Amino acid sequence: MDSVRSDRNGASSRIPVALKILIAGGFGAGKTTMVGSVSEIRPLQTEEILTGVEGADDIGGVESKTTTTVTMDFGRITITEDLQLYLFGTPGQDRFWFLWDELSQGALGAVVLADTRRLADCFPSIDYFEQRGTPFVVAVNCFEAEQRFAADAVGRALDLDPGVPVVLFDAREPLGARNVLIELVEYVARRQLLSAGSR
Amino acid sequence: MPADPMADSWLDREAGPVVRPYAVTQGRVAPTGGEIDMMAFVVATPAETQPAGRLQPEHHAIVAAAGEPIPVVELASTLDLSVGVVRVLLGDLRSAGLISMYEPPAASRPHDVDVLKAVVNGLRAL
Repeated sequence: MDSVRSDRNGASSRIPVALKILIAGGFGAGKTTMVGSVSEIRPLQTEEILTGVEGADDIGGVESKTTTTVTMDFGRITITEDLQLYLFGTPGQDRFWFLWDELSQGALGAVVLADTRRLADCFPSIDYFEQRGTPFVVAVNCFEAEQRFAADAVGRALDLDPGVPVVLFDAREPLGARNVLIELVEYVARRQLLSAGSR
Repeated sequence: MPADPMADSWLDREAGPVVRPYAVTQGRVAPTGGEIDMMAFVVATPAETQPAGRLQPEHHAIVAAAGEPIPVVELASTLDLSVGVVRVLLGDLRSAGLISMYEPPAASRPHDVDVLKAVVNGLRAL
């Protein structure tokens, strides 16, 4: 297998492939619930240094701070011994945008959780992933089985690019969250095949 | 490199009183030897002689946890340290030759479609 490399002592270790998926959305949209329903959820501390404005484009109001602690939800899904999926519940507040840059670097894709009662809350996430070119799906968390909007109506309301999947699901159900992830990975694969074909 | 990278000095005055999490790194906020991706895998290298003098308990905890390849984020979560702190400690261990780092493929590289298929199949089997 090509993931096997030798370290400098000549002993060989099998280095797994770890893929990153981001779970984004407004406050209370179900990020923690979703990460917890498909994986063993754990907290991850990212204590970050705010160095002036370089690299952190919107830290208005926190200039006097030198560090900031952000605790993210994070979970692992073991596909095989050599293939692991990591889910990151992205910090919701705007002042943590700079953290997203590293999170989205090399990410497989993102799930944007939408709450139809507060649809506008997910606009910043969508804008961010569109600008970065990170593939994403929109997952509408249907609390208490309420399904007030059809998926395509949500897609139109969010002005999504054609092809961006919109899924209705319940974040509390493991199968619902799992299906959202499958939808995302299949979407990424479709995009990959399309871009390979157009070359 | 300074004679003693673990010398008791702050990074610079601008770093300010970063006491709490970065005390363990003596105020250093960047790893020696270049950046470390949060998804990079870490493996302890079998060392004949332990240059244990300058290592802190947190360094030893990382080496102990990295017997099998483990990603940086797992180390941080398992050891209850922040990702930034773990990176600095990993830089020390890398300089000391006590660990090997395996960076993930370049971010610009598209994900392999076969890998994506394996992920979908794996998710369906959950």
